[in-house]
Amino acid sequence: MVEPILRVRNLVKHFPGSQPGETIHAVNDVSFDLLPGETVGLVGESGSGKSTIGRCVLRLYRPTDGSIQFGERDITTISERQMRPLRKDIQIVFQDPYSALNPRMKVGNLIGELVKLHSDLGAAERRETVAALAARVHLNADLLTRFPNELSGGQLQRVCIARALATGPKVIVLDEPTSSLDLSVRAGILELLGELQRDTGVSMLFISHDLETVELVSHRILVLYLGSVVEDGPSKAVFAKPSHPYSQALLSADLPPDPDVVLDRKILQGEVPGPVHLPPGCPFEPRCPLARPDCRQAKPSPAAIGDKHHAACVRVADGTNDISNAEPLGDGNTHKKLQDQLIGRTS
Amino acid sequence: MSLLEVSNLHTHFISHDLNNNLRVAKGLNGVTFDVDRGEVVGIVGETGAGKSLTAMSIMGLLQSPARIVEGSVRFDGSELVGLSTDELNRIRGTELTMIVQSPLTSLDPLSRVGKQLVRAQREHRNISQAEAWANGVQTMTTVGIPEPERRMRAWPHELSGGMAQRVLIALALINGPRLIIADEPTTGLDVTVQAQILDLLRDLVRDREMGAMIITHDLGVVAHYCTRICVMFAGSIIETGPVRQVFNDPRHPYTQALISSTPKRIAEKGYGQIGGPPPNLYALPAGCHYRDRCSRAADICHQSPPVQDVGGSQQARCHFATDTKTAAATVHHG
Repeated sequence: MVEPILRVRNLVKHFPGSQPGETIHAVNDVSFDLLPGETVGLVGESGSGKSTIGRCVLRLYRPTDGSIQFGERDITTISERQMRPLRKDIQIVFQDPYSALNPRMKVGNLIGELVKLHSDLGAAERRETVAALAARVHLNADLLTRFPNELSGGQLQRVCIARALATGPKVIVLDEPTSSLDLSVRAGILELLGELQRDTGVSMLFISHDLETVELVSHRILVLYLGSVVEDGPSKAVFAKPSHPYSQALLSADLPPDPDVVLDRKILQGEVPGPVHLPPGCPFEPRCPLARPDCRQAKPSPAAIGDKHHAACVRVADGTNDISNAEPLGDGNTHKKLQDQLIGRTS
Repeated sequence: MSLLEVSNLHTHFISHDLNNNLRVAKGLNGVTFDVDRGEVVGIVGETGAGKSLTAMSIMGLLQSPARIVEGSVRFDGSELVGLSTDELNRIRGTELTMIVQSPLTSLDPLSRVGKQLVRAQREHRNISQAEAWANGVQTMTTVGIPEPERRMRAWPHELSGGMAQRVLIALALINGPRLIIADEPTTGLDVTVQAQILDLLRDLVRDREMGAMIITHDLGVVAHYCTRICVMFAGSIIETGPVRQVFNDPRHPYTQALISSTPKRIAEKGYGQIGGPPPNLYALPAGCHYRDRCSRAADICHQSPPVQDVGGSQQARCHFATDTKTAAATVHHG
C-alpha cells in the first residue's frame, strides 16, 4: 500500500462573518488523501470551499479543526517558522498570473528568487538552474530578461509553474491555473502539467470549476458543495456515474463544446445558499429534488457506490438517488408556468 | 434585409506616442456579419481578437482614442455609424440593447433595482410611474427572479451574481428590444446558474422573434445555444457558418486549432497545436494575420486571403479553405 503524501482528516475552516457573531462555514469536515504522483481534482461552484481547502493545505490558513498530515509530519497547527522549511515541498500556482508576479522584477529573477531562498547555489549555478527551469516549462530563454508586462498570459503562467517547480516540490496546489487563459493556450498549460507530473512524480491538487478540464487531468475527484464533500471517487467513475443528486445536476449542466451531444440537463432551482447559516443535515437538502424529511436530521455519511467511489446521500442505499426520476419541485413548477405565460409561450 | 448588418467595419485606436508620432492599433479590420430575427449568433475568439470591440462599435459606445474609420452598421435598414449621441439614444436601450459582463459593477450601486428599471422605461417612453413599476415586476418575473416585488426594492449589493445578471437582462428587455447583444453573459456565474440564464435568453429570442449576439470564449455555449458562429482573430471574422457545420468541419486552421484544444478532443486525440502570442495590432503583418501561428502557412499567405464560400453559408478567410483534402487531414491530426 502506497503511503499518501498528504492526509487531510475532518478539515474544518471557519471565518468570521461581516456581522458581529456571524461565522462563515467555508469548509466542513473534509477528508481525503493525495498519493505520490497523483492528481486529485476539487470541483464545485463558487463558495464550495475548494480554494479554502487548497490554502489550508499550504497552511496559508490555519485550520479551525481537523488535521493535515504532510508525509510523516502533522502540519495542522505548526508555526509559520516551522512551516517555512516545508514550503519548498508544497507549492502553489494561482489563477491570475498577472497579479501573482511582482511587476518590477524580471522573469529570470522571479524564478531565481525561489532557487536563492531554498538552496545555497552560487550565482552562476543559479543562472543555470533558472535556464534549465525555463527550458523545462518551454519558456524561451530570451524572455528571462523581460518584465512580466511584456509576456502573454500563457507565458506568465509558465513562469508561475517554473517558480513552483524551482524548489523540487512533492505537492503542487493548482488553484484554477487555466481559468484566465484562452482555450488554445490553456491546452498548452495542461499538456505541460501532465508532462511535469510524468517526469517528476509530483502530486497535484487541481482546483477548478471547469469540469472538462478536471476530468482531463485528474485521477480522482472530490465534488464539493457548501464546504462538504458530496461525492468522491476515480475521475472516470464519477463522470460516468455521478451518484449524488448535486453531482448529477452539476455534471449535467456542463456544456460540451460539441453541438452533436444531446444535453440531458437536470436544472436545479435557486442558487447555492450563503455559508453563514448552513442547512441542518445534508447541505444540499434545500435544493435537492429528491429530499425527504430525514435529510434534515443529520449530515449523511459517505455511502459506497463502487471501488473507492462514495456519495454522501441517504438515497444511495436503496438506489433511489437518480434525479431524473424526481418530481419537479412544486413551487418551481408554478413559477415556470407563470414565466411561460408572460413570455407568451403556449404549452 | 437582416435585422443587423455589419459590413467592412474598421475600428482603430489612434493616438500619438511621446515623440508625437502617430500610433494606430487596428482593433477591427473589416468585420462583416449579419444577425437575423430569431437567430442567436455566437462570437468567439481569444483575448484581444476584437469581440467586445465589435459590440462597442455597433452600440456606438467607443471612447477616444477608439473610432470607426470605415464601414457601416445598419440596424433594421438604417445606418448607425455617424449618428449623434441623441439620435443613438433613441435606439439604444429600447430597440438595441446590451447585457454587459460583470453584473455587480454594471448596476447603479446607489439606486434600488426597481428605480433603475423604472428609470430605463421613463427615459424612453411616456409612461406613468405606476405602469413602469408594474412592467418592472413583470419583467423581473419573466427573467426568473423569485419574489419580484421584494427584489424591486433591493439594492444591487444585496443581490447574488446570478440575480444581478438577471436584473441586467431585465433591464435589457424592459423596453422590448429587437436585438440583444450579450457580452459574456454567463462568465463568472456558476454552471448550474449559467444554464438557467442561457435557457432564458434562448427562449426569449425564439418567442419574441428577437435577434441576439452572444460574445463568449466558451465553445460549449456556442455549441448549444447559438445558431451561427463567427470566429474572430486579430480583428477579423476568419470563419462563419451554421454552428453544427463549423464544429464538424472547420476550414480555417485557427478554428481547427480552437476546436481541437477543448478537453474532450484532447482526451480523444491528444494535444495538438498550441496557441501562440496574438499578433501585434500596431504592426499587423501583410497577408494572413494568422500566418505566424499557422501550421499550413505557405508563400501565398503573404497575400491577404479572400473570404471563400465553402458551401451551406459557411465561409472561411483562408487560401486553403476549399482545399478539403488537406483541411480535413489537419483536423484529424491536429
